[in-house]
Amino acid sequence: MKALLFLLPAGILVLLILLFWRGLYLNPSQVPSPLIGKPLPQFSLPGVGGTPASLTSADFEGHVSILNVWATWCIPCRDEQPELVKLAQQKVVTIYGLNYKDDADSAVQWLQSRGNPYAKDGYDPKGKVALNFGVYGVPETFVVDSHGIIRHKYIGPLTASVISTQLIPLVHELEQVSK
Amino acid sequence: MIPELGQMALVLALCLALAQSFFGLVGAQRGSGAWMAAVRPAAVGQFLFTGLAFLLLVSCLLRSDFSVLYVAQNSNTELPWIYKIAAAWGAHEGSLLLWSTVLALWTVVVALFSRSLPQQFISRVLGVMGIISIGFLLFMLTTSDPFTRLLPAAQQGADLNPILQDPAMAGHPPMLYMGYVGLSVAFAFAVAALIGGKMDSTWARWARPWTIVAWLFLTLGITLGSWWSYYELGWGGWWFWDPVENASFMPWLVATALIHSLTVTEKRGMFKSWTALLAISAFSLSLLGTFLVRSGVLISVHAFATDPRRGIFVLALIAVVVGGSLALYAWRAPKLVSEDGFSALSRETFLLLNNLFLVVAAAAILLGTLYPLVLDALNLGKISVGPPYFNSIFMPLMLPLLILVGIGPYLFWKHDTLKRLLSQFKITVWIVAAVSILILVMLWGRAGIVTVLGVIIAGWLLISTAMGVVLRWRRRQKVTRGIWGMTLAHLGVGILALGIAVTSSFSVAEDTTLAPGQSTMVHGYRFAFDGTHNVRGPNYQAIEADISITRNGELITVLHPQKRIYDGASSSATEADLDPGLFRDLYVAMGDPLGNGAWSMRLQYKPLVRFLWFGGVLMALGGILAVSDRRRFATVIVSKSADAQQAVAKG
Amino acid sequence: MRYIALLMLLVTIPALAVDSEPALPNAALQQRYELLTHQFRCLVCQNETIAESGAGLAADLRAQVRQQLIAGKSNEQIKQYMVARYGDFVLFKPPWQPNTWLLWGGPLLLLCIGAFVVINVVRRKTQLVRTSPGEVNGDDLKP
Repeated sequence: MKALLFLLPAGILVLLILLFWRGLYLNPSQVPSPLIGKPLPQFSLPGVGGTPASLTSADFEGHVSILNVWATWCIPCRDEQPELVKLAQQKVVTIYGLNYKDDADSAVQWLQSRGNPYAKDGYDPKGKVALNFGVYGVPETFVVDSHGIIRHKYIGPLTASVISTQLIPLVHELEQVSK
Repeated sequence: MIPELGQMALVLALCLALAQSFFGLVGAQRGSGAWMAAVRPAAVGQFLFTGLAFLLLVSCLLRSDFSVLYVAQNSNTELPWIYKIAAAWGAHEGSLLLWSTVLALWTVVVALFSRSLPQQFISRVLGVMGIISIGFLLFMLTTSDPFTRLLPAAQQGADLNPILQDPAMAGHPPMLYMGYVGLSVAFAFAVAALIGGKMDSTWARWARPWTIVAWLFLTLGITLGSWWSYYELGWGGWWFWDPVENASFMPWLVATALIHSLTVTEKRGMFKSWTALLAISAFSLSLLGTFLVRSGVLISVHAFATDPRRGIFVLALIAVVVGGSLALYAWRAPKLVSEDGFSALSRETFLLLNNLFLVVAAAAILLGTLYPLVLDALNLGKISVGPPYFNSIFMPLMLPLLILVGIGPYLFWKHDTLKRLLSQFKITVWIVAAVSILILVMLWGRAGIVTVLGVIIAGWLLISTAMGVVLRWRRRQKVTRGIWGMTLAHLGVGILALGIAVTSSFSVAEDTTLAPGQSTMVHGYRFAFDGTHNVRGPNYQAIEADISITRNGELITVLHPQKRIYDGASSSATEADLDPGLFRDLYVAMGDPLGNGAWSMRLQYKPLVRFLWFGGVLMALGGILAVSDRRRFATVIVSKSADAQQAVAKG
Repeated sequence: MRYIALLMLLVTIPALAVDSEPALPNAALQQRYELLTHQFRCLVCQNETIAESGAGLAADLRAQVRQQLIAGKSNEQIKQYMVARYGDFVLFKPPWQPNTWLLWGGPLLLLCIGAFVVINVVRRKTQLVRTSPGEVNGDDLKP
């Protein structure tokens, strides 16, 4: 019995090492969204000039959609932009944009010069709607099912691999379910 | 050429560390005098080559050799030369080299100042320290080489983070490392004793000075860090319970417990296995700190840029070093039992209680620091643990301890009676009662019960500690340096506690908007905004405000907070200004310009905030005095032969 | 990776958040405002509260708190608002719920275990006290 007590520190160390090993592959500063599984917040935004006017929560009903939060001042957004354009061209899913705390003219310029992947793009200069989505940085991307329920949130710039391994399979799955 | 020389020096240092460990541990096991004799030279050699590598890195920085990647990433020709040197420990690779250099320094000091210790024992100690050196040198050579080349060389380097260009900030890591790494000595002593199967009062008497020196460096390092963040970060805070701050505080708490536990082992030959465990834990927490800063496992402002590979290496190092020593502990420690005893009312009991509170506090801080990670790893949610948690669990643990610290030094070893103990406090009790009434009168209605309690207990500690010396004088007893050391250290704790209690509750902060010519009152001081002007610094542009502070019409000072834009940066940095005082600080920081020359500002009155760092410095001074007690050293040398015989007899 | 670098850059050059907004209409609301803004973690500068952080998001959240206070919401409602959007992570003080029972109860538990150990050790040692004279220095108060 006493011998076991002396092994306790070593035992605690083993647990800690396992914990840290697991921890090396987690990201402590990523905040998971509590909105997963909940309906998306009701909102209505004017459109960014150059895209069809207005984006509202009603636009998400009836089909699976992706909402991409972006801004021209966000450097990683530049990296993910081409991937979004490619995804839009595949016509797999409707992509909506939420232009976060941006300058309207710069946004228009950006979309014109880099290509516009968004079916509709909401203009949220004060970030009030984004707040309801629990946005805390850009870029962030949400997957919303055909009933308007948020199913997934990806934090950070999208890459080809993330799109093909996380987003597209989920979109297909949600489309199957809604059939 | 020079960077390659640096790499070679590191490789040679690694070879010598291997020799040091091999000859130290195997030599001691075989009892081979010749092999054991090789350990000291190996240690000296390792120090020379590690030190050389460090100097070579500093040379690359001073010469702005941007063909070295580390220099290009962390330095700049515009950087003042002092901060070029500080860049040596400003980022991951360089700080590892500093770690190794400091470790080699401690090793060589232990090697040179241990002539009076048995050869077998000291060989093992140096051998264990050699293993740690091997770990860090390997870490550098495999994943984090500071001398990696950048080809083609950059024209100009990146800038060091501007808020790190500060003397206190530059000095804080070396001081902390002296502490962290210094705890490896106590660790090595414990492991060496466990290997030899022998641990007695003599061992404790040898180990204690080394532990105190490491502890006092750690105290100074933490104090420096707190002071720096206070004047630099702009909102007058001095402790944030940031994971990396906690990573320096936990070893400090355990090291404090260790010093006190070593006292019992030294005086009475008891608590041996517990002391060994504390020694192992203190250094393990240092290694944990190293892991946390470099692995990205926790959120912290202090974190170096992270890479899971580095994390894996440090984790492996921890598994080997700490795992190995704890396995050894589980095997050998059960044999370290003492048959001696003590009464319920005795100094031993109080030191045991001291350990209880310090260790539980350290464990609680560890729990809070790692808890978010635990939940995340087990997929049980994502929470964050911040200052409200740590404050609410730490303070209740410290208050009882502070009460005990005022009593402990008065107690006899082994056995004491309540009657005799109380007789020591005849005068003290009256003084404390008078002071407490004064405190109650001053603070009644102005502060919460916790603050009042905190101030009274701090007062108790200060009075009781001071009276300890006074009573000795009255009894014509000698007050040795050792006792002065303890007294000063405990006074330091009291002053620290008083500072914390008062500044936490009575600081006044006002966020306000002032236009030039306007003023506002904060706690009896009138802060008047006289306007701004532009200034140009060595590597920044700034808007500087003039704030004159008066009290009852008399001018106290004029403060000059700034809003700086460093060359090459796009955002501004706040440079607060403060008027330091023994009993209060006045603190001003600028917010944002609001048009028409008006600015938002934060004006603060902070009473007794200097006591925090004054307390820390006093503790460190106490440590220095305690270690310099020559009588103690003389005893070590003189009784070496007597103890050696005794140790052999005890087996 | 660059996103993280950018985040780190934001975190390492802290800008002081001094509230540029005018004070709330009445002192009670202002006090609640101070209290609440010190309870929510800034998600950009994650080791600061929204009261202290200079990040844009922090300013937005402070504005939200202000708006809701003026609209007459209770402290609890405002807390719920934040948690609904950002999760428990946004609370600076961990909430008391099943997955934090160990966190809040842990220190007390540790103290009790420690106290139990100490009592047992003292009990054992008092039984071992040998009354051999000369082993104790009566006046030896040396540390």
